[in-house]
Amino acid sequence: MQHIFSVLVENKSGVLARVAGLFSSRGFNIDSLCVGETNDPTISRMTIVVRGDDKVLEQVRKQLNKVIDVIKVQDFSDEPYIDRELVLIKVSCNARTRPEIVDIANIFRAKVVSLSAKAITIEVTGVQSKIEAIIDMLKVYGIIELVRTGRVAISRI
Amino acid sequence: MKKKGAEIVIDALIKEGVEVIFGYPGGAVIDIFDVLNKSPIRFVLTRHEQGAAHAADGYARATGKVGVCMATSGPGATNLVTGIATACMDSIPVVAITGQVPTSMIGNDAFQEADVTGITRPITKHNYLVKDVVDLPRIIKEAFYIARSGRPGPVVIDIPKDVQQATLENYKYPEKIEIRGYKPTYEGHINQINKAEKAIEKAEKPIIYAGGGVIASNAAEELTKLAEKCEIPVTTTLLGLGGFPETSKLSLKMLGMHGTAYANYAMMETDCLIAIGARFDDRITGKISEFAPHANDIIHIDIDPSAISKNIIVNIPVVGDCKNVLQKLNEIVKPKKHPEWLKMIDEWKEKNPLKYQNDDKLRPQYVIEEIYNVTKGDAIICTEVGQHQMWTAQYYKFTKPRTMITSGGLGTMGYGFPASIGVQMAFPNRTVFDIAGDGSIQMNIQELGTAMLNKLPIKIAILNNHFLGMVRQWQQMFYKGNYSYTCLVRDATCPPDCSMPGEKCPKFIPDFVKLAEAYGAVGMRIVKKSDVRNALEEALKIKNLVMMDFIVEAEENVYPMVPAGKSLKEIILV
Repeated sequence: MQHIFSVLVENKSGVLARVAGLFSSRGFNIDSLCVGETNDPTISRMTIVVRGDDKVLEQVRKQLNKVIDVIKVQDFSDEPYIDRELVLIKVSCNARTRPEIVDIANIFRAKVVSLSAKAITIEVTGVQSKIEAIIDMLKVYGIIELVRTGRVAISRI
Repeated sequence: MKKKGAEIVIDALIKEGVEVIFGYPGGAVIDIFDVLNKSPIRFVLTRHEQGAAHAADGYARATGKVGVCMATSGPGATNLVTGIATACMDSIPVVAITGQVPTSMIGNDAFQEADVTGITRPITKHNYLVKDVVDLPRIIKEAFYIARSGRPGPVVIDIPKDVQQATLENYKYPEKIEIRGYKPTYEGHINQINKAEKAIEKAEKPIIYAGGGVIASNAAEELTKLAEKCEIPVTTTLLGLGGFPETSKLSLKMLGMHGTAYANYAMMETDCLIAIGARFDDRITGKISEFAPHANDIIHIDIDPSAISKNIIVNIPVVGDCKNVLQKLNEIVKPKKHPEWLKMIDEWKEKNPLKYQNDDKLRPQYVIEEIYNVTKGDAIICTEVGQHQMWTAQYYKFTKPRTMITSGGLGTMGYGFPASIGVQMAFPNRTVFDIAGDGSIQMNIQELGTAMLNKLPIKIAILNNHFLGMVRQWQQMFYKGNYSYTCLVRDATCPPDCSMPGEKCPKFIPDFVKLAEAYGAVGMRIVKKSDVRNALEEALKIKNLVMMDFIVEAEENVYPMVPAGKSLKEIILV
């Protein structure tokens, strides 16, 4: 099962290595990890998507809490949250397929951010199911490159 | 006050109450050493940085204070690594200070550069690279606080040379610090303590399983009180030895792989397991799915939330300091008697006591019993790792906390002798033993120089069987007797499948008696059982380091034994 942890950490060098090292040394798998400064410049937020059963997730939470530079671990299984991911997709195109691809982008409220004779780059933001759906639709045209930010999440309350 | 980085380090150590540092100088710590020998802090120059790390660890285990070691950058720091990992696995408060190349050169593969914070990250509780002298006072304060509080552990402070040389205009050692991500829980939650109390009162066959946490939180007295008040038998882990008097009729001694039969049987039978400062290590539980099958309640008191339900699912966790929680528990729990349960245990004890063949051969277990007898159980015992360590755990009767100094979690051969240096530095007037095997003692034997120069009258008892005995035992039991490279007298001409040293084998490699004498210590060789007592008594009278080479039965095995991965009930008795 996928699970999102939102972790507030000291904004210092070495903290990312500490958290990443914890996952590798304990054999936990990270699906995605996003880091950025918060409104308090001394604090960063890491959004970590992890796969595992309840026992693994409990250990992840406890081990994260044990890291001295971790200030707070928020576990989104207990509360409503909103999550988003941004994806850039470069799709190969020609004069015939270009309008079809643009149509698909529009339906998904995605943006065309770059265009050349042979390729079109689309920016899409949303929840995972939407992202998977648009990737699925675009596959037939040939995806040249795909870049995902990983999921970020914030609690509703 | 205006001070240089190096002066700040020494001043901070004095303010933290540090009396002794174990270490080794080098180019990147020369500035600190330049201040060190003008300070009141004693310094023990070891012969290898690993010895310094173990000595600091031994000092910490024996005193309960933070042990401090110091080394230079690169190889100096990497030589500390085994010692730091040893301290980390056993939750021992150690602060390791390492020099680093100047900040301007970090990352350039400079001479004697190693990424010390990177290397030690997974084997420390926390670590620091000091990039600015402004941060130095706070970092040292934090390091000592983190090392000794909560679940203790080692902290590394890596200090570049230019930071040691930089001047801080307004130096003041901080009185208080605030680490927003670190707030250990000392008080147990009262609801959880109440639940524990009810479970204990309900239990018919309760058992206490006590670990190193009891020693770390100085909770031995409270533990004894609980055990006696509610008549609960107590078994301890290797690190918990001394946390409960083994002379008590409630003592089941050690449990697990080489624990007593009665402790392991009791574990299989108990209906209420009370784990205190222990972490359900695989050497304790055996096959996890068959561990304590009848325990309706498992109470787990531990200061580290991540230790709870990591290996065994626990229904009554109490997060808090053992001493604190036990005090509360003792106040509210009602006294109880368990005559039937104790009778059952006494029968097991009678039927399956710890035993070895008591003939006229010199057996290692006998040496341990005699060490107990001549020291009247009052010595501080350090051990290396292997068979001799298990025999010590089994046959010495530990009655007081901080008298068994041994590497449990990491199982570090070569730990005991340097650790005994740390212990004897802390307690110059006590009898300190290092019980060793002929394999382990050679891993840090260079520290003989350190012990001699510091006039430490350590008693080293080598149980010499010419083998790496524990591995040989496994080869005998599980690998069809294929003694592949576990013979310590094997030479280049030996057949590859030789299973037993014979007459032609070299007798003493090295000759420990001569080796001791080469250092100015006293060497003794004991080959007869009848000489053991006299040798030990004589050794205790000698105010010098004594190295006793006991030539014991070569193929003696450690029993009982639960084979790795098997259930405790599959214990092999002899």
